[in-house]
Amino acid sequence: MPDSPSEEARAVPRDGAETVPPHERAVPRGGAETVPPGDTHAVTYDLAVIGAGSAGLAGAVVADRLGLRVALLDSSGEVGGQFYRHPAPALGAVRPEALHHDWDAFAGLRRELADSGVVHLAGHHVWTLARDGELWAVHAVTGADGDGERPVCVRARTVLFATGAGERQLPFPHWTLPGVVGAGGAQAMLKSGLALPGRRIVVAGSGPLLPAVAASLAAAGARVPAVVEASGYLRYARSPAALAANPRKLAEAATYGAALLRHRIPLRTRSAVTEVHGRDRVEGVTVCRLDRDWRPLPATAGRIDCDALAVGHGLVPQIELATGIGCATRRTDDGAYALVVDAFQETSVRGLWAAGETGGVGGAQLARVEGELAGIAAAARVRGQETHLRGSRARALRRRRARMRAFATAMARAHAPGRDWTEWLDDATDVCRCEEVTAGAVREAVRDYGARDARTVKLLTRAGMGWCQGRMCGAAVTCLASRAGTESAGEAPPPAPERRPLAAPVSLAALAALRPDGLPAEDEPHPE
Amino acid sequence: MPTRSSSDLIVVGAGVVGAACAHYAARRGLDVTVVDRGPVAGGTTGAGEGNLLVSDKEPGPELQLALLSARLWRELADVLPARIEYEAKGGLVVASGETGLAALRDFAHRQEQAGVTAQEVTGERLHDLEPHLAPGLAGGYHYPQDAQVQPALAAAHLLRAAGSRVRLRLGEEVVGVLTRADGTVRGVRTPAGELHAPYVVNAAGTWGGDFARIAGVSLPVQPRRGFVLVTEPLPRVVRRKVYAADYIADVASGSAALQTSPVVEGTPAGPVLIGASRERVGFDRTLSTEVLRRLAQGAARLFPVLARVRVLRTYAGFRPYLPDHLPAIGADPRAPGLLHACGHEGAGIGLAPATGALIAALVAGEEPPLPGGDLRPLRPERFDDAR
Repeated sequence: MPDSPSEEARAVPRDGAETVPPHERAVPRGGAETVPPGDTHAVTYDLAVIGAGSAGLAGAVVADRLGLRVALLDSSGEVGGQFYRHPAPALGAVRPEALHHDWDAFAGLRRELADSGVVHLAGHHVWTLARDGELWAVHAVTGADGDGERPVCVRARTVLFATGAGERQLPFPHWTLPGVVGAGGAQAMLKSGLALPGRRIVVAGSGPLLPAVAASLAAAGARVPAVVEASGYLRYARSPAALAANPRKLAEAATYGAALLRHRIPLRTRSAVTEVHGRDRVEGVTVCRLDRDWRPLPATAGRIDCDALAVGHGLVPQIELATGIGCATRRTDDGAYALVVDAFQETSVRGLWAAGETGGVGGAQLARVEGELAGIAAAARVRGQETHLRGSRARALRRRRARMRAFATAMARAHAPGRDWTEWLDDATDVCRCEEVTAGAVREAVRDYGARDARTVKLLTRAGMGWCQGRMCGAAVTCLASRAGTESAGEAPPPAPERRPLAAPVSLAALAALRPDGLPAEDEPHPE
Repeated sequence: MPTRSSSDLIVVGAGVVGAACAHYAARRGLDVTVVDRGPVAGGTTGAGEGNLLVSDKEPGPELQLALLSARLWRELADVLPARIEYEAKGGLVVASGETGLAALRDFAHRQEQAGVTAQEVTGERLHDLEPHLAPGLAGGYHYPQDAQVQPALAAAHLLRAAGSRVRLRLGEEVVGVLTRADGTVRGVRTPAGELHAPYVVNAAGTWGGDFARIAGVSLPVQPRRGFVLVTEPLPRVVRRKVYAADYIADVASGSAALQTSPVVEGTPAGPVLIGASRERVGFDRTLSTEVLRRLAQGAARLFPVLARVRVLRTYAGFRPYLPDHLPAIGADPRAPGLLHACGHEGAGIGLAPATGALIAALVAGEEPPLPGGDLRPLRPERFDDAR
């Protein structure tokens, strides 16, 4: 079956899934604009989509087309999520698409959103999801930090989690030095501000993002002396079926390979940056070969001069809103946690769907497919027309999803952090940057004080208690805890997904202004 | 092949109460094995604020335990590393109106007769103690004996300080209690094998009822849920533990319905901790926006400066509740060799040292160190009588 971007972008449901004539719509079309905060909760939506990246956009527009009243909440001011991050209009970028492949698909979704009745709630930081009788209450705060922050509650019959993923960081000595940036962060900076983190940038870590980041940086004028990938690409060869079924992915890889060649960027596999050097900022890095478990081989250490390092070890699903309400999770092949979803993207909690990276990291194309499938499924549920689930569009989406999921699994396996990466962490390295907790302190908590998981390490060391709430250090602490744990008596338990009931910080004033029924106060006087 | 291991005492539960039992028993020269299915401080200890309070307790056996504990915590603060964050910060109970203040005055007078130090603070003088308190409060009482500790670190260091006499078996769940033909307890069974000891202590906290059942006796421990809000780190805006007088009534209530009263305190690390809610809803961790609303409202009423402050984290804990609000401490006549040290509700961190010292004395066959104390109200089998 031919597989072209235009077909994916054209999310028009075929047979069975009729679009709803305009007169039946409660919300007039063409209204996909930012609504002023505060007066949103009077409406009960059929679907609240959390996250306006690829998955969320695809889900929102198809559900709208199938006649649902849809609210699309996102913390950013612009749609597009992390992948299609683009410059603020004020920057006057002429061709933001130059930094993106697949821009057409996004542009198509964005156009569809503009023409739809989807209510786009930009700048909404969702902090929790609660049950509200038969409905769901999506609680968010709007406005800038501090001043003007106010609570908003969106009530909906169904919810789609499209909250994407965050970058996985594995620390190494002096990673806190200025000039060290996340690989995804470097690309985001480039996409949104068109700024480079340095002039001579080493790109390191693991995952398919690295060549893409290197190519973007080089295209924007930076020198990239090396891409340092901890895995061997040969690992992909262990999943030949997944490779053969995903020619587009291969083409993509080939494109980046060609870009690396064009910019003369050497790729060093089975290697890692194990230390950063510099006084006030990055002046160079040590690169080491790794054995199969990612233990560095010191004899192979060599130095590369650079003034910046873009580093990342793939992505970790951002699922705290869903786990907070009790959605089941599964361990992914690279040791992260993702939501369990059924054939139509519904989570283990009825009425809550998930699409894209939340169900396991798989990229923007897969996110669009899953978003659309989830949108169709939510519409079928709300409108009581479950027959739509048997339509040919849904079947085609499921086939495509199966194929891309297989590739995503192969990718996760190929880039899963090796067991012994913690060997390059000396005891003095800060693992938790917010609270300045060292690897030595984490190891001590496990060895001497009876910690066996990230939660107890947190209680005993404060690792993960700071501003980022463990979003940055969680993966590393979990590895250190379970790694050191196996050396004490008994096997350490498999790490559990972290509980993080507040998905975003909320002021006491915003909490206090909730109405007794859980909704934000509208006409009530502020409590004295 | 089952592994065998014997000691003088097995403590089931590595929370702060179990840690204190092990600590005081080891100090008496006993060999102790501590078994927990999770990590150290993995249950309610890890969810506690670390309050060491005498101020909220009615005269009676619990207050006697609290006073003994306050003294023991001061001693422990000298022995254990400073990292346990022991702070003799004192408590401040405030009343918004004259009626509340009169009730508080009466309560404080009765406490003073039982040995508590309580000093009345007039409305005008409240701000000398807590500059950021809301204006217009009627007055309050200052309790200099109230203190705070970081509970997980306290538990870990109580165990560590006991040295090699304490052996930790973490990640190992007790699945059975071994008895002799006459019903006397002789150890426990875990998936790893049998552990032998003439005494077994139930320090399983909120799960103490489950362990009692394994041992063949009943103890009606139930979870009483509480939420804590943790703010972004701040310079010291709250110096003491500050709470409204209605907290005392909530603590003493047996209702299953939600009760909240503001309890606010700063920590050495910077974040302000905000409690306290109480409700009996089983082991449900789902966030309650109604609880958040009430806690935030209450805290911002006491300290208006906190309204703009952001909450970074919230978590639920499950207090081990017994119907008469008293812990079960002592030997269980229904199963000789079995002792209980659980059911401390929200006071487990505070009462841990006294509990540990009592258990260690009982095991060593000595007089419990409770001055004028009467352990009968704490008898673990007391709920059988009611039937």
